[in-house]
Amino acid sequence: MSEQTISRDAKPPEVENFDAEAVNAKANRELYAARKKIHPKRATGRFRQLKWWIMAITLGIYYLTPLLRWDRGPNAPDQAVLVDMANRRFYFFFIEIWPQEFFYVAGMLVMAGIGLFLVTSTVGRAWCGYTCPQTVWVDLYLVVERFFEGDRNARIKLDKQPWDFSKIRKKVSKHTVWLLIGVATGGAWIFYFADAPTLFVNLFTGQAPFIAYSTVAILTATTYIFGGLMREQVCTYMCPWPRIQAAMLDENSLTVTYNDWRGEPRSRHAKRMKAAGKPVGDCVDCNACVAVCPMGIDIRDGQQLECITCALCIDACDGVMDKIGLERGLISYATLAEYNSNMEVSGARLIDRDGDQVFDDSKIKPSNVRDGSGFVSAIKHTNLRSFIRPRTVLYTAIYALIGIAMLVVLATRSRLEVNILPDRNPVFTVLSDGSIRNGYQVKILNMITDPRTFKIEINGLPGANAKISGSDEDLGTSFDIDVDPDQLRNVKVFISVPRENLSTQHTDFEIDVTEVGGEETTTESVRFEAPEDIGNEK
Amino acid sequence: MSEKDIDAVSGVETTGHSWDGIKELNNPLPRWWLWTFYATVIWSIGYMIYYPSIPLIEGSTMGISGQTNRAALKEEIAFANQARAERFARIESEDLETIKADDNLYRFAIAGGNSLFKVYCTQCHGSGAAGGGGYPNLNDDAWLWGGDLENIYLTINHGVRNDEDDDARFSDMPAFGADEILERDEIGQVTEYVLKISGQDHDAELAVAGETVYADNCSACHAEDGTGDIEFGAPNLTDAISMYGNDRETILAQIHKPQLGVMPPWGERLGEAGVKQLTLYVHGLGGGQ
Repeated sequence: MSEQTISRDAKPPEVENFDAEAVNAKANRELYAARKKIHPKRATGRFRQLKWWIMAITLGIYYLTPLLRWDRGPNAPDQAVLVDMANRRFYFFFIEIWPQEFFYVAGMLVMAGIGLFLVTSTVGRAWCGYTCPQTVWVDLYLVVERFFEGDRNARIKLDKQPWDFSKIRKKVSKHTVWLLIGVATGGAWIFYFADAPTLFVNLFTGQAPFIAYSTVAILTATTYIFGGLMREQVCTYMCPWPRIQAAMLDENSLTVTYNDWRGEPRSRHAKRMKAAGKPVGDCVDCNACVAVCPMGIDIRDGQQLECITCALCIDACDGVMDKIGLERGLISYATLAEYNSNMEVSGARLIDRDGDQVFDDSKIKPSNVRDGSGFVSAIKHTNLRSFIRPRTVLYTAIYALIGIAMLVVLATRSRLEVNILPDRNPVFTVLSDGSIRNGYQVKILNMITDPRTFKIEINGLPGANAKISGSDEDLGTSFDIDVDPDQLRNVKVFISVPRENLSTQHTDFEIDVTEVGGEETTTESVRFEAPEDIGNEK
Repeated sequence: MSEKDIDAVSGVETTGHSWDGIKELNNPLPRWWLWTFYATVIWSIGYMIYYPSIPLIEGSTMGISGQTNRAALKEEIAFANQARAERFARIESEDLETIKADDNLYRFAIAGGNSLFKVYCTQCHGSGAAGGGGYPNLNDDAWLWGGDLENIYLTINHGVRNDEDDDARFSDMPAFGADEILERDEIGQVTEYVLKISGQDHDAELAVAGETVYADNCSACHAEDGTGDIEFGAPNLTDAISMYGNDRETILAQIHKPQLGVMPPWGERLGEAGVKQLTLYVHGLGGGQ
């Protein structure tokens, strides 16, 4: 106790108190309250550093990916990542996907979903706080805002002051840069759908298609509105994830937590309180955590759906704790299980408040959690082993299973596909010599970017003779078909069989398609139709 | 209702309506909804000015755009025709073999021919071009008037036995029975002979007599061996294919008073390019020579 008193008495005067209030403070909640503008203060610290890096990487991936080149030979585009709508192809580095292989994308989406479950059940809403485009772009827009208008206090002052030249200049500059970022965002998006360098030139010479300009316009508008104007409202009111996450989190998931058990009772006048013999917690009620929050909430009100777990309040609070010489982690990543256990240690008791079971902070005694050298041994600290539990193991297993299955399928997939459609009108044709002829649409998909020749062989149909539509040449039971690179070739093949070779109305046979000078081969089962009376005439 | 009814729990004014004691709160509309509503109202004013909108007794106001679906369709058709103009011109000017040799142009012509066939030809020849009931099957390799590109083209262009086109295919098989050219028993004999040469059950004795009748009366058009002659549109009597039927009764009836098929000329209606596309399509059905 005495040590704590000493450190509290030695509290340096530079701990700044902020006049900040949570926008969702319970006392102010109304059904139709107008939005209160949030002026997040710049945070510094470990998590802010991490977020800068993640922002640089994610934005870098987004803006630079379309510029990457990948040599696929003369018959395919050389853009590394390209969604080629016109030709219905998706290129991803060495992978080319045809529309019927879209299940790979579906598989990726399933993996993304399960990945999100895994991440959320272990480290909470890390997706929201670090990598969600909304978060990343809002962060970027805040950098611009700070550059022109200064940090929190300057911005609050600026918003309150009457319009003058300086205010107009700052606001116009900010919105101009925001719009430019929006244009760049929309611009990068369309580069994923066409050859980027060509489209870039066409965009500026006015030769790009209308859809390109309208897409840029729409994405500029959404980026500007969501990132600049609406910000936290997108997360709170528009995004379904904050609502779903409640089902994803459990008592072992890490969330950004205000540790009441060491913070309460909070006081701005610790020294005076102490002198009066009252218990004092670690929280100096400086509101730094509220001031930096991009969602404008007070984490000390507990876990709430507005919290995107960006961890900036941890950075802010750690800074304050460093200044006043207390352990970091008054606000920290903690699991609900640890928190509850620590609350019990501190003396807080669950009470019923408006139907909710909540801890009664007024029972917290700082002396319960601290001894002379620090926290008492009963206090639990975050342990990464809590990540390993049946649920997370299951998610990891499913994630890996789908991933491995997709890789195996991808590695062994065939680049030759054959579809044979028998004519249904007429089902068969009787020729003048009495033989029976069937027509087939033979569709050969050459799914690589080189031209290939395929050998077509008719097996199990004695006496068969093939002809190709428009040609009178007898091809017998074997012939070659050339297919252009990355194309489907549709050939109408007529197969005729002498009447005496047929004994039943339906004859099943096989058509083998084999790559000439290659290994790919496929066998299709086909049916040959003949008149009903075949085999039992006379 | 002049007095406001305030809900005690929420402090919100109610609409004053009560259903089984349940009252509806008169909450304000969400602001985003209201602004969206106003925006649509403003939008509708612009819409009414720009597009045809207000119905009049005859027609409607045209709006400043003058946009109609019919005009839009016309424009799209014109655009499509313009895009196809070059290939149509080539189909029109080049001969059939040249078109067939150009893979791209050939496929274009086949696709066009398919569409034309579905509109103009299926009524008689059937959607699968299998004919039936006196209309020839175009899939097989038996051709009354010839199955190479040139002959198919001529048949489609001028038609068969019609009064509209002087160059129409024409031939006239006599009604051997109805016009009393042959005696009844002679017709019976030649019928047996035709059954014989097409490889069917027949009365051998009558067929011998029929052979002479055939040589005297039929071989000029159907050829001595019965294989027919495309010059006269005379069918091959020896093969497995027949248009009207290959049984004794039908053959007898056909000799007595033949049915003679008619086909209109399509050259004037479909134009050179249309006929050529149809020719290539029909030729590609499998029987083309």
